Amino acid sequence: MSKKPTTVLDARAMDRTLRRMADQIVERNAGTDGLILVGIQRRGVQLAERLGRIIEAQEGVSVARGALDITLYRDDLQTVGPRPVVGATHLPLTLDAQNVVIVDDVLYTGRTVRAALDELADFGRPARISLAVLIDRGGRELPIHADIVGRAVTVTSAQRVDVFVDELDGRDDVVIANRHDEE
Amino acid sequence: MSGALGKDLLGLSPLSADQIRLILDTAVPFREISERQIKKVPTLRGMTIVNLFFEASTRTRISFEFAEKRLSADTVNVASAGSSVTKGETLVDTARNLEAMKIDMVVIRHPSSGAAQFLSERIESNVINAGDGTNEHPTQGLLDLLTLRTRFGDLTGRRICIVGDVLHSRVARSNIWGLKKLGADVAVCGPRSLLPNAIGEMGVTVFDRVEAAIEWADALNVLRLQLERMQGGYIPSLREYNRVFGITSARLDKAPRELCILHPGPMNRGVEIDSDVADGPHSVILEQVTNGVAVRMAVLYLLAGGKPELAEAAKKGVS
Repeated sequence: MSKKPTTVLDARAMDRTLRRMADQIVERNAGTDGLILVGIQRRGVQLAERLGRIIEAQEGVSVARGALDITLYRDDLQTVGPRPVVGATHLPLTLDAQNVVIVDDVLYTGRTVRAALDELADFGRPARISLAVLIDRGGRELPIHADIVGRAVTVTSAQRVDVFVDELDGRDDVVIANRHDEE
Repeated sequence: MSGALGKDLLGLSPLSADQIRLILDTAVPFREISERQIKKVPTLRGMTIVNLFFEASTRTRISFEFAEKRLSADTVNVASAGSSVTKGETLVDTARNLEAMKIDMVVIRHPSSGAAQFLSERIESNVINAGDGTNEHPTQGLLDLLTLRTRFGDLTGRRICIVGDVLHSRVARSNIWGLKKLGADVAVCGPRSLLPNAIGEMGVTVFDRVEAAIEWADALNVLRLQLERMQGGYIPSLREYNRVFGITSARLDKAPRELCILHPGPMNRGVEIDSDVADGPHSVILEQVTNGVAVRMAVLYLLAGGKPELAEAAKKGVS
């Protein structure tokens, strides 16, 4: 019954996709002035780092990065209990009047992004916040959309989109698997 | 069940090493929240926490209150002086009244050992022990562990000596339990009149001379000498205590390695610790206070919320 996992992006395709996303980020923010790439823990952080390196190589400037752990801003503590691991949040001192780009691996219900927006608001008032995701898998439960999408895929709720990054997983690819398959 | 702490935090003695590590690991990111401009996250929004203090406390109560407020909980402080009814009856009545007001958690400090456990068996809310008699003060133990771990990394084989009035100290007990579970070598040092008779059974080394403890240890946790101990006949005089057991820079200068000095506060400067040590480069006393808020946030966070088994299920789903 269970279908074989399918690869959506392999390492080369992922690299190409990230390069295009990097270009779109620079275009969308009319350059790199005040640009801050904020990755959501965990794999968004590595993706933001890579996008940052691509932009730095192309534009010859340095780009600020941040990391955001939204665990403490989740709306499901009362129902599912605390997450075992709370990651680190570190952001530049102020986000006031900056162009913040939230970077995450997969956009699904939108609840993570909702939490990220709440958390960012506690750090200042950016000029603009946009959202860049490697994979948009649909299935939103909140009125949230991504500004920059690496790849949009159609999957059922019984399926899972796994993004692997070299820094954490030793490989670069994006795979669709059945939710109850072995990880 | 790994991870979960259960309903209450009554002491470090019932916790496993993994549970202690989970609290310490969780406390690390919480330290950063206290450094933000807006020192608040919405995690415990809508939860009501009662701080029930039957005994004087400044640092612990304020630290719990900061931890609660920085997680957006609503807090009520109940400071109760002694009561004419027996303590058991008072607690049961208090517990019933609190439950009737729909609270979520109780932080309790009480002069009787076992009071936190007594309460935890009678109410559904989470109970956190903020010090019960001479039994345990788990969050103090945890913040000491976090401070030591920040300084040393892994505590396996690290030598920690607790100096002073171990007999009356719940801080000492929580420290001994926690340190031993994390693999540290633990010793105590103090006048025999202020060490429990059976202290050896806790698996700790006993030093009669503070010089020997200083030569042995990587860190000293210097306990407060409660001034009423002198009237109790445990020590001849404060001056003599300082002369024999006081932590002075003259003594520390002879240490073979850099010592790390902890003190749970409030300090009696010039009695158990000299000012130049307390304010000197060896001292991590203010780091302890900072870590105290983070550790208490971690405990509140881990005890709060829904059922832990659901968290495991959720982990397997979408994040």
